[in-house]
Amino acid sequence: MTSAATVGDLVSQPYKYGFVTDIETEKIAKGLSEDVVRLISAKKDEPAFLLDFRLRAYRQWLQMEEPDWAAIGHPPIDYQNIIYYAAPKQQDKKASLDEVDPKLLETFEKLGIPLSEQKRLTNVAVDAVFDSVSIATTYKEKLAEHGVIFCSISEAVKEHAELIERYLGSVVPSNDNYFAALNSAVFSDGSFVFIPKGVACPMDLSTYFRINSGDTGQFERTLIVAEAGASVSYLEGCTAPMFDTNQLHAAVVELVTLEDASIKYSTVQNWYAGDEKGVGGIYNFVTKRGQCRGDRSHISWTQVETGSAITWKYPSCVLQGADSVGEFYSVALTNNRQQADTGSKMIHVGPRTRSTIVSKGISAGHSSNSYRGLVQMGPKAVGARNYSQCDSMLIGDQAAANTYPYIRSQQPDASIEHEASTCRISADQLFYLQSRGIGFEEAVSMMVSGFCRDVFNQLPMEFAAEADKLLALKLEGSVG
Amino acid sequence: MIRSDAPVLLEIRDLRASVEDQPILKGVSLTIRAGEIHAVMGRNGSGKSTLSKVLAGHPAYRVTGGSVLYRGEDLLALQPEQRARIGLFLGFQYPIEIPGVSNLEFLRVATNARRQEQGSEELDTFAFEDLVRERLQVVQMDPAFLDRSVNEGFSGGEKKRNEILQMALLEPLVAILDETDSGLDIDALRIVAGGVNQLASADNATLLITHYQRLLDVITPDYVHVMAAGRILRTGGKELALELEESGYDWVDAEIERLESTSAQRITAEVG
Repeated sequence: MTSAATVGDLVSQPYKYGFVTDIETEKIAKGLSEDVVRLISAKKDEPAFLLDFRLRAYRQWLQMEEPDWAAIGHPPIDYQNIIYYAAPKQQDKKASLDEVDPKLLETFEKLGIPLSEQKRLTNVAVDAVFDSVSIATTYKEKLAEHGVIFCSISEAVKEHAELIERYLGSVVPSNDNYFAALNSAVFSDGSFVFIPKGVACPMDLSTYFRINSGDTGQFERTLIVAEAGASVSYLEGCTAPMFDTNQLHAAVVELVTLEDASIKYSTVQNWYAGDEKGVGGIYNFVTKRGQCRGDRSHISWTQVETGSAITWKYPSCVLQGADSVGEFYSVALTNNRQQADTGSKMIHVGPRTRSTIVSKGISAGHSSNSYRGLVQMGPKAVGARNYSQCDSMLIGDQAAANTYPYIRSQQPDASIEHEASTCRISADQLFYLQSRGIGFEEAVSMMVSGFCRDVFNQLPMEFAAEADKLLALKLEGSVG
Repeated sequence: MIRSDAPVLLEIRDLRASVEDQPILKGVSLTIRAGEIHAVMGRNGSGKSTLSKVLAGHPAYRVTGGSVLYRGEDLLALQPEQRARIGLFLGFQYPIEIPGVSNLEFLRVATNARRQEQGSEELDTFAFEDLVRERLQVVQMDPAFLDRSVNEGFSGGEKKRNEILQMALLEPLVAILDETDSGLDIDALRIVAGGVNQLASADNATLLITHYQRLLDVITPDYVHVMAAGRILRTGGKELALELEESGYDWVDAEIERLESTSAQRITAEVG
């Protein structure tokens, strides 16, 4: 049978971003202790409030246990065998790109993220994070003219301490969960975005995360605040080299919208996923949450999750303001031995709040792909509405798909709708398309992108095509 | 239309095929020339649908012997998509639903794959829309079906019209229509058959796979072949179909029995 073998081969395209940049790196010793937390804070020359925040988180973390409710399995993580801080050796952050180590610029160029003036992505400002530090942020001055702050979180700690103190940890408290506590204790860098009142950010903002060192964890922290009437579209991309060890990535992202503000947050996650036997790959334990504090504010998460050995991630919205809107659009693709447990939480607090969840899971190879989501209607959420749609597509006969929707309602006048479906790319469908002259790979990618269309439509234009290609690439060789 | 000097489009010789190691085709031979309409008739399980799938390259069927030449080229060596691109078409008995894939886009990609093979220019969205609107008339299909997912939620009749629409766009040289009449009411049958008749020309050929005479009332075959137990038992003109309609398939059973016993005897003889 041609298709059994060929659809299987389709998924396993070699990982394009698996190279390592040979660069001198400053690393601290492996292991985690209060001293390490103090050391990280000292390296970053942080104010006292932040050291306190970190230490409090660290002590809370010590009291907590790694969650075990997700449908994932992995050998125990040895938290003492991880390096918590690694930075390419260059003193401080450079004022100008000319001073940045050319090897770093080259790395990002290779990843398709040119940072130099001439080649920059038009109309997208980029913050490039390499291991534990941000190395460059483009278009900063242009954004500053509009009052928009876009910089690394380390810089923000120094230059906008009052904003950081006010908002950091206000959406995801340091003791929110095990991985959030760990991140709060040791986070090294990430991006900070502040859009002042009434400003529509003149360009898309983007952070590109690159893990380079082999035994390092990446713990980035992103904070985006949109004041009343402000709006921004933000995109996050990630890759890592191929190592045969597992690396921990535990990020926290916090979004805050005040009245009438809107944040659109898109992720294309392509961390190294491990090989076909499940050796190596990133353990991706991420806490992402947005809080619609103001009335009529709007937070939208779009994610395309294709990488990582393990994905554990539930971008959520707390809908506090009356008439606020939360959205979650997700495509999660797993292949080989990848495991994903991902979904969203929509916490309806305010009246007439609305939320939409559209989740598309594609499982190929021997992978496991679970949707896990919570829709909660609080006692004051009069007239609130949620619509959830969770679709799974199975490729081959070795993959698993699960859906765990949790619904809690304390408000009789709230409506919740949930739809779910499972389908399979069948040999008959493939044969039908082939019998019309459409090649095997194109047939698979037509069906997969058709399946994901509702989500891809939510991505910023230039990334939608990227995502389509990425999925086709990831599926190369997998359909059976 | 039979012309003995017309080029041979499809030459099937002693074709044998199995599914899951179960032999289904046990030596089928058939020659189809340009301009001809052939009908293969037979009861369920006679192997007639298998014949159509083997010709189109369905991966579940394994060819165990014989050969098929398509305009002199070894058809069985080609992937299904390549067979389609060079002009072989299979109209499905049960057209497959493909959710999420737009029918219009599907038709365009398929048409362009065929055009590319023929060295014609690929059609962009606009040029293709013009073409597809014109071809819709062949099967009197509502353009609204273009905006839906491929066959999804189509009624039986709509699916069959969509098949013939594809045929009208791909302009195959050999069209195999597997039980195109099944599940059609009399009006839909007339429309679908009308489409097939419009598309038939001196340059192409049609192979109808059918159970009943009623399709052959509206599409007149040049040859009728009766298939049973994986073989063609008899070949004749259109009157053979009428004869079958009257006398039924009972004589077929006797014939099969005779064939099986002779081959059993032969095997015994060979072994002995």
